[in-house]
Amino acid sequence: MRNLILSTAALALLGGMAFADGHAVVRMGTEGAYPPYNFLNDDGEVDGFERELGDELCARAELTCEWVTNEWDSIIPNLVSGNYDVIIAGMSITDERDEVIDFSQNYTQPDPSAYLAMSDDVDLENGVIAAQTGTIQAAHIASTGATLLEFATPDETIAAVKAGEADAVLADKAYLTPIAEADGELIMLGQQELIGGGVGLGLRESDGELREAFDAAITSMKEDGSLNELIAKWGVGEQF
Amino acid sequence: MFGYCEDPATLDGLVWLSCYLTTGKHMSIYWAVGTVLLLLAITAPAALAFGFAGASAARSTLAPLRWIGKTYIAVVRGIPDIAFFLFFVIALDQAFEYVRHKIKCPDWQEPIRQGNDFVVCSAAKLPLGNAPQWVHETYGFFLAVLTFAIVFGAFAANVLFGAMRAVPKGQLETAEAYGMNRRQTFWRVLVPQMWVYALPGLSNLWMVLIKATPLLFLLGVEDIVYWARELGGAKQPQFTDYPHPDWRMWYFLALLVFYLAFTKVSEVVLDRIMAKLTHGQATAAGERQRKAAA
Repeated sequence: MRNLILSTAALALLGGMAFADGHAVVRMGTEGAYPPYNFLNDDGEVDGFERELGDELCARAELTCEWVTNEWDSIIPNLVSGNYDVIIAGMSITDERDEVIDFSQNYTQPDPSAYLAMSDDVDLENGVIAAQTGTIQAAHIASTGATLLEFATPDETIAAVKAGEADAVLADKAYLTPIAEADGELIMLGQQELIGGGVGLGLRESDGELREAFDAAITSMKEDGSLNELIAKWGVGEQF
Repeated sequence: MFGYCEDPATLDGLVWLSCYLTTGKHMSIYWAVGTVLLLLAITAPAALAFGFAGASAARSTLAPLRWIGKTYIAVVRGIPDIAFFLFFVIALDQAFEYVRHKIKCPDWQEPIRQGNDFVVCSAAKLPLGNAPQWVHETYGFFLAVLTFAIVFGAFAANVLFGAMRAVPKGQLETAEAYGMNRRQTFWRVLVPQMWVYALPGLSNLWMVLIKATPLLFLLGVEDIVYWARELGGAKQPQFTDYPHPDWRMWYFLALLVFYLAFTKVSEVVLDRIMAKLTHGQATAAGERQRKAAA
């Protein structure tokens, strides 16, 4: 028995040393359903702007990173309860979210949100507008006179417009552009909304060191222009 | 997968389809079918065990044990599944981590609850933060199995509790007359005979359990419904070699066929078990069997 206690203590000590830095592996949580930011490619792996960005940031910060997907609805609760360490899911930096989690500096410029509809003459003031639950777009529509129709995934918001359930969908322009190009029936409306303060990494408030490591990596990518290259490649808004 | 799938844009018809249906992403949905079947295979006996324990406790002569059994049945049956699944799993996970934290990191100074964050030392994490992804997924899967087993166990307990009472009193009295004690009567007479009364209720539960598997997604396990939605959604040519419009209807149709076929097979198997259990029983169906054979 005594031996057992001793060896447990020794193990705990060793364990404590091995995990002294806190993060042997950094788990990156994303949605995997929001191209070009993040999506699952044909092989079922996370791909897109944020995959390339995340891998590069991890390399620069000398971290071992692992990718996991989580539905958008519960992406913040699962971060704070520790199921992964970083949210990298096209999440705009807002004051509301900042009360619950911390953000790194932004790695995209504020991307205007655009409307996609089946026809030009949609009544954006009083019509039915679709948006994904828990997004800045949903919050924006809720603050206008239009009727908000929420969906769990971005894909369903587009399907709702095509089915005539909603008059238009409001989402990040970078997300809507490839869809408008591929689908002849859908058109991007002229009106855009400037909401959100750019996209950043979401981290636990208690995880200050990790945030500093990522902030430094983002700064170095901004300085040497490699972030701009990625933004241009994936078409996620203006460059820095 | 196949050699000719190098450039899917040049293919069409069945050849294209054969490539499309064998992408790495589609392999995930085939895996998910296995996950669902595995979940059912483990959960059904586990729930039955919970049910049996609950029912035995509920009819115990020991008052505290009886209270535990009855409370378990009443509380779990009364709480909506979704609330249970959303709340209980996170609570369970945090409870495990809390206990490990207390044992492994006694010198830890910082509070565990820091605002919204639940922070335990990294040695107490379950699974460990540096564990490979499959460990995380397996852990999530077993949390799911446990949750399903507890929920369906409560319903099974109620069914078994009723079935135990349905066994004719004469049978138990006869057992006593033969000199069996309570324990012997329970295991040798009551339990073998109660199944015939329990099976209709249990088969209902099994059907509901099959249909409840999409709740797995609430627990973070990527099940077939998740993949059907993900694969069926419209895909733009920039992001895939296999662009297509919204095909969710077809994927959900396939799911419908899968679930219908599965429940049909279950019905056939359950009918056979029922016929076997009825054999020699003092029930109307047992009597019919006896007459037909005679």
